[in-house]
Amino acid sequence: MLVGQDLSLLLPDSAATTALGGRLAPILRPKDVVFLSGELGAGKSTLARGLIEAWCGEADAPSPTYTLAQVYNGDRGLLWHGDLYRLRHADEFYELGLIEAAQEGALVLLEWAERAPPNVFPQPLRLRLDWSNSGDSRIARVERDAFWIDRLEHF
Amino acid sequence: MQHKTGAGRVVVLGIESSCDETAAAVIAWDGTRAEVLGDVILSQTEAHAAFGGVVPEIAARAHVEALDQVVAAALRAADLPLSGCDAVAATAGPGLIGGVMAGLLTGKALAFGAERPFFPINHLEGHALSPLLDTEAGLDFPYLLLLASGGHCQILLVKGLGLYRRLGATIDDAAGEAFDKVAKVLELGFPGGPAVERLAANGDPDRFDLPKPLLNRPGLDFSFAGLKTAVLRAAQTGLDPQAKADLAAGFQAAIAAIFADRARKALQACAASFGATPRFVIAGGVAANLTIRSKLQAVCAAAGARFFAPPLRFCTDNAAMIALAGAMRFRAGIAPDEDAPARPRWPLDGASEAHQGEFTWGRKGAKA
Repeated sequence: MLVGQDLSLLLPDSAATTALGGRLAPILRPKDVVFLSGELGAGKSTLARGLIEAWCGEADAPSPTYTLAQVYNGDRGLLWHGDLYRLRHADEFYELGLIEAAQEGALVLLEWAERAPPNVFPQPLRLRLDWSNSGDSRIARVERDAFWIDRLEHF
Repeated sequence: MQHKTGAGRVVVLGIESSCDETAAAVIAWDGTRAEVLGDVILSQTEAHAAFGGVVPEIAARAHVEALDQVVAAALRAADLPLSGCDAVAATAGPGLIGGVMAGLLTGKALAFGAERPFFPINHLEGHALSPLLDTEAGLDFPYLLLLASGGHCQILLVKGLGLYRRLGATIDDAAGEAFDKVAKVLELGFPGGPAVERLAANGDPDRFDLPKPLLNRPGLDFSFAGLKTAVLRAAQTGLDPQAKADLAAGFQAAIAAIFADRARKALQACAASFGATPRFVIAGGVAANLTIRSKLQAVCAAAGARFFAPPLRFCTDNAAMIALAGAMRFRAGIAPDEDAPARPRWPLDGASEAHQGEFTWGRKGAKA
């Protein structure tokens, strides 16, 4: 496994997307930040829902598009589920309190993370979802940079 | 602090700042009739076609800067000084923490300064009670409420103050959110709801075979993510104008069919709660959609239920509903709570009690 070589996973259906979120939970720790990107309908919220359930047992995780951030409390600490879809200016990002949340020990899960100002989080795990060429399946690409490669080893 | 008891006619200042709107209102409530004396909403959601979404002046700072003026304007409209209000109420959640804090702290400070009791209000309770602001409609407890907006999609049985049973809610996107996102991919601009409805008027709803998630499953939950995604996929194939109109019509018809199904099942499930005439209310921005409205109206007619669609200004985000919830709690002798924290997440029926039946919360204290 090489640094810089993305991990690519085929997700045949939404259940597989949810399951991938669940599989991520054990390798994540408080203060980690996960960037979820991909087009509308690519499955970001579906993946987030799987991760939230695995992290704190909360099965009911509505879309954070309108609230911009939802907070969950689990045994392993707080989880902030943010969504920057509605952000107009990158500056508005600072108002959401996500940086402080991560610093104070929350796991931060961020949809539309590409709308955040650059470099606001030092070492995010970057995960991108795209439609594959066939039917309803998606492709998840996880960036395996030097910071994450060890934790992604058995993934 | 010794307060006036909440008997007779009470006048309450309400504050709402849990999402995009900064709002304040003054209402009077005598136990049966609500009178909106002043109602000011500073909408942060001006149309921005280029973006395809609302402009989120999300900043707590923006709410803070606006709150003073909005409260002053509401009092001016009511022609009352702050001391003319018997109590103050503000949204304490759920919502974005910064915005909620801004309104909550403002409300507490005003209550403290004016020596009035303070009531923290669940934003969703405000929505649940909001149809009662439309006094002319003659609505009374109990009623079914379908709340469908950009941020919410749930169906509640409202039996009385503090007696709310959530029968179902969206497990993913809210209905209004689906409208906005579909409008975005169809390049219709914002706000999405009216734009989709306009386009759908010239469309054939049967051309596209779209999913209606959860339609034939038991339970009253909603799911719109699969429908949204199907519309996005169809739109990505490159559609001519007529096909776009057909897709919009199909999407709207799917939402209407899902709502109609849920309304029908909810009316059946709650038949025992009603006497001869069940009451069904549609609230939230999606209530403006006439196709959805007429479909629900037909369901109600078939079930022998009365159908209510309050004016949108009462049933989209506003502060009059927060003031009403405060006034009703005050009159009911529920203890005020000057120490209530902001709660970003606050299910209406309580997380642990969810789906188990109605839940009464709030401290039934001695009359103040």
